[in-house]
Amino acid sequence: MTGHRSHLLSTADLSADDATLILDTAAELARLADRPIKKLPTLRGRTVVNLFFEDSTRTRISFETAAKRLSADVINFSAKGSSVSKGESLKDTALTLEAMGADAVVVRHWASGGAHRLAHAGWIRSAVVNAGDGTHEHPTQALLDAYTLRSRLGGLDGRRVTIVGDVLHSRVARSNVRLLATLGAEVTLVAPPTLMPFGVEGWPCSTSYELDPVLPKSDAVMMLRVQRERMDQAFFPTEREYSRRYGLQAERMALLPEHAVVMHPGPMNRGLEISAEVADSARSTITEQVANGVSVRMAVLYLLLGGSEPAIGTEDEGERR
Amino acid sequence: MRAVLDAAAVQRALTRIAHEILERTQGADDAVLLGIPTRGAHLALRLARQIAAVEGRSLPHGTLDVTMYRDDLRLKPARALGRTEIPAGGVDGKLVVLVDDVLFSGRTIRAALDALGDLGRPRAVQLAVLVDRGHRELPIRADYVGKNLPTAQRETVQVRLAETDGADAVLLGTKADQSREGAR
Repeated sequence: MTGHRSHLLSTADLSADDATLILDTAAELARLADRPIKKLPTLRGRTVVNLFFEDSTRTRISFETAAKRLSADVINFSAKGSSVSKGESLKDTALTLEAMGADAVVVRHWASGGAHRLAHAGWIRSAVVNAGDGTHEHPTQALLDAYTLRSRLGGLDGRRVTIVGDVLHSRVARSNVRLLATLGAEVTLVAPPTLMPFGVEGWPCSTSYELDPVLPKSDAVMMLRVQRERMDQAFFPTEREYSRRYGLQAERMALLPEHAVVMHPGPMNRGLEISAEVADSARSTITEQVANGVSVRMAVLYLLLGGSEPAIGTEDEGERR
Repeated sequence: MRAVLDAAAVQRALTRIAHEILERTQGADDAVLLGIPTRGAHLALRLARQIAAVEGRSLPHGTLDVTMYRDDLRLKPARALGRTEIPAGGVDGKLVVLVDDVLFSGRTIRAALDALGDLGRPRAVQLAVLVDRGHRELPIRADYVGKNLPTAQRETVQVRLAETDGADAVLLGTKADQSREGAR
């Protein structure tokens, strides 16, 4: 094995060229889904570990499918019911994975920065892919959203994307703002003042507390899940009021231009941030996003593990500092 | 680098291959042409056009990217994928003619055979190349060859096509020539 491994920890690490390479590679790999044999021999003999400290069935299955379609061996490691629940540290878990010879670790952690710690602490040599860390980043979700937008709208340059809802707790929003800005889209965040993150002025996007004026100018609107599990403080008065001001229902969807699409990273709270009618409409890309997730994750695993050197994000942060 | 074939010679070689394919397959009724990106894909398209001009009917043609099937993936940096475009009728029961620019070690063709096996089950597979430069590392040979070009291992063969490089030519040089060109 040559040199250091590269990782995918944040969309901020991706140049426009890197991101485009991932999306183009995903587009080629997507065609595999129509074939009778949905498998490539590319990562035969490599081991990918899904290390999940937080529950997420859909992300784990998506990564697992992606790795298996490339013929990698997959080990699923969930913190629940493992030694982690007996008090084992991230470091000891990492050392175990290193001893087992993992080539890539897909990590979901409840703490922001968990993936970064695993990648740069020197415990393991394998590539680390961030599958969501706390309220920080979820880069492959942003990549699959960008992929979906690109295939629905034809391109991202100059397109206007509106992200609505609980931006404060949303790693999906953070990752998307950075990636979409890198790819030339104009992003507007819409949220109640209590759910707008501190320091958002420094992000490459504009903000609004009102949804209705923004919709007619949007090529796409991305509804975020209201994270009931993080709503331990009074961020908004009632769910009904939130739904009325920031939820997407059929009447509000009618404000969008003809070609605009509606996205949601899932899982949805039907009737809260999105009505069932909107979620099941022809404009909604929600199931498309799931299918695209597999192609994008295949592309990421291939570009990180497929050659002797990774083709994306080769600059090592640890060494730059 | 020295030109071994000029544009007219490349054209003549392709015309001959097109006629040979028609002759050996008795009209190429169930034939499908699959080019290996990038230059093999352009050659396959040109052969399909030539055959159409002779027979008055078009032959199904497409491209077959073999990147994910290569046996040297772990030796080189990860590379971008090419395009795979299989004609609507698929490859099951068909006579597939693989088309590439240069036949060398044979490893690209081995990868192509593996890729083809995942797409379907052709009746038979044949191989057409513009240049056969020798030095095979696998038991693979071409059915249609534009030019047999005996070379040394240290020599390089470059195929240039109008679609990608502005003009058609086959050039023979040494590895030193190539690195000088790369520096330019």
